[in-house]
Amino acid sequence: MSSAFRHHHLISVEPLKADDVLQILDAAEVFFEVSMRPVRKVPTLRGKTIINLFYEASTRTRSSFELAGKRLSADVVNISTSSSSVTKGETLLDTCKTLQAMHPDVVIIRHSASGASNYVARRLDCSVINAGDGAHEHPTQALLDAFVMRRAHGTLKGLKVAICGDIKHSRVARSDTLLLNLFGAEVRYCGPNTLMPYRAKSLGAKVYNRLEEALEGVDVIYLLRIQLERLQGAPIPSLREYSRTFGVSQRHLKLAAPDAIVMHPGPLNRGVEIHPLLADCEKSAILKQVEAGVAVRMAVLYLLMSGKGAESLSEATGL
Amino acid sequence: MLVISQGRVIDPARNLDEQADVVVDGSRITKIGPRAGADLRGEQIITIDAKGRWVVPGLIDLHVHFREPGQEYKETIETGLRAAAAGGFTAVCTMPNTRPVNDTRAVTEMILARARQCGGPRLYPIAAITVGQKGDQLTEMADLCDAGAVGVSDDGQCVMDTAVMRRAMEYARTFDILVTQHCEDKNLSHGTQMHEGVISTRLGLEGCPREAEDVIVARDLLLAEMTGARYHIAHISSINAVRLLREAKSRGAKVTAEVTPHHLMLTDEALLEYDSVYKVNPPLREKKDRDALREALRDGTVDCIATDHAPHTELEKECEFAQAACGMVGLEQAVPVLLELVRDQILTPMRFIEALSTTPARIARLPGGSLREGQPADLTIIDPEHHWTMDAKWLHSRSKNTPFLGKKVQGAIMLTIVDGQIAYQRNT
Repeated sequence: MSSAFRHHHLISVEPLKADDVLQILDAAEVFFEVSMRPVRKVPTLRGKTIINLFYEASTRTRSSFELAGKRLSADVVNISTSSSSVTKGETLLDTCKTLQAMHPDVVIIRHSASGASNYVARRLDCSVINAGDGAHEHPTQALLDAFVMRRAHGTLKGLKVAICGDIKHSRVARSDTLLLNLFGAEVRYCGPNTLMPYRAKSLGAKVYNRLEEALEGVDVIYLLRIQLERLQGAPIPSLREYSRTFGVSQRHLKLAAPDAIVMHPGPLNRGVEIHPLLADCEKSAILKQVEAGVAVRMAVLYLLMSGKGAESLSEATGL
Repeated sequence: MLVISQGRVIDPARNLDEQADVVVDGSRITKIGPRAGADLRGEQIITIDAKGRWVVPGLIDLHVHFREPGQEYKETIETGLRAAAAGGFTAVCTMPNTRPVNDTRAVTEMILARARQCGGPRLYPIAAITVGQKGDQLTEMADLCDAGAVGVSDDGQCVMDTAVMRRAMEYARTFDILVTQHCEDKNLSHGTQMHEGVISTRLGLEGCPREAEDVIVARDLLLAEMTGARYHIAHISSINAVRLLREAKSRGAKVTAEVTPHHLMLTDEALLEYDSVYKVNPPLREKKDRDALREALRDGTVDCIATDHAPHTELEKECEFAQAACGMVGLEQAVPVLLELVRDQILTPMRFIEALSTTPARIARLPGGSLREGQPADLTIIDPEHHWTMDAKWLHSRSKNTPFLGKKVQGAIMLTIVDGQIAYQRNT
């Protein structure tokens, strides 16, 4: 029996069940094939309107959503802070009202304030996708990460994943942890306590202060950017000390499982959290994450907008 | 002449709790007794049937924000006093964070003059500790109190410099002036949005640890004992601060504290949907804090209840959580919302009224807080059973930023009398 996707928005991983995630990942597999064709476009969402509302600079997420929408034949409009009335001081509430009057089918929002997408979703009739809000969540990143992990290891069940870096300010770490916990994966956080969320264990992770212990036997080494702009207030004394104590290089790979992969949501600070050679080695899945991003976002857009389940995809894509 | 007939008269100042009549003649209470109004006859007598209701000394709020001068779009002295009367309060103390700040006699006098024009509940300004609430130069406290201020506080701008705070307490002690502190270490709280706990971690909002309150409470308690100042902790909210206060009081320190209705009734879990109506400072904390506050209020460690009535319009609340203003209104919510604590037997009716009237009067040395023959008639009639929905149509504050809007509550203010005059009467 075909089951329609039961969510109207994608704001957080929290309301998703394992079945929902698998439905998205399975659909993404189909769209991944579409992306490999000579003509990478299907007519599935013809006549639908997608608005990309980006209040924060973003290269990969914004272009990935834009490509995803275009490959599904939807009309995609990009609004970024530099080119809209936002710079003239329009409130988020007025922006919502303005967008509502344009009758979009989906609004995708990236914002520096945690909870901004919850706010927008409460005020718009259409579907809202959170493309990253403050230090809250980034659910499509978690989904594309899961896609890459599942492809590399065949399953998400029981995976050991070490997330290293500035976890306190990371929406990616929050979404990834919630998603991996749905599958009984073991999530480990590693970094200095100043970059650790308060009571990190409550998110469903084990906390480590030593890379050597955190990376022991893991299937995925997931590195987070040390955000230079966050260094005000000095959570770490220097980048030099950070890279010496928590920077990951190829010598750390032997601690991990033999088929471990290295992931990073980007942008990279080469030489800080990740050794330059590690980023480009054959264990690195960083570009696979980018590749998966378009397929996963096509799947999310398709499931939210078509109101159908993943089973109806063959008809939608001709596969 | 006004006869309030056969209500349950509760006066914590005299440990009185009995069915009685209260007779008001002109501006004064002339008689209180089981049959005090029974034999009175005449055309000039208005009788109010108070059977089943509580007749209590007028409530007194040590901590409100009336936004005038400067931000009258949020609240004026007039609308604020109307809200106070509707909430059963016959006297309020206004915090100095107006624009300009109440740090000079001229501002204090202007506020008092406006209040006199408006009538209704009595208004007692609290002036700033330092000029412009900037934390360095002391205000002319003696002159301010001479003009009518009843205490000093830098309100939301906690005095961070320990030497300045010491001098402020020493100087205030010279004139026996009450010093109220909003305890918040601004270095620890900088950039934070809510209480630091598992909820802030989950929401990705920068958390303010309760220790930001605790370290200032600890420091100030030491300074209060050192200087002998009359020191009052505004809106205590942390379990640790309660412990520190209890310990200081056990040594006999002359310190007092207030707690808000929202810290008694709500926790940080209310923020799970990023609803900025719950954004307050100090932030809503955890259940263990809330329970410690309830216990401390019950046993008297925390002396009284103050609302921290903080009006904001939708403009300041309808935005990203990070940008939303802190605070909620409370004057009209306090009694209906807090009566739940009486129903749950956490507070006796006597302790409830004591914390809302008798003790605040004692702390700020204000008239009232008791029902006595010969005293000015400031009193409130509460119906503890009345069921109603807290819709906007019932509210008088210019701002509606309260999470209790639209909530079903039990208990209502039926009548508020100030100086023998009816300041509020509920239409039923």
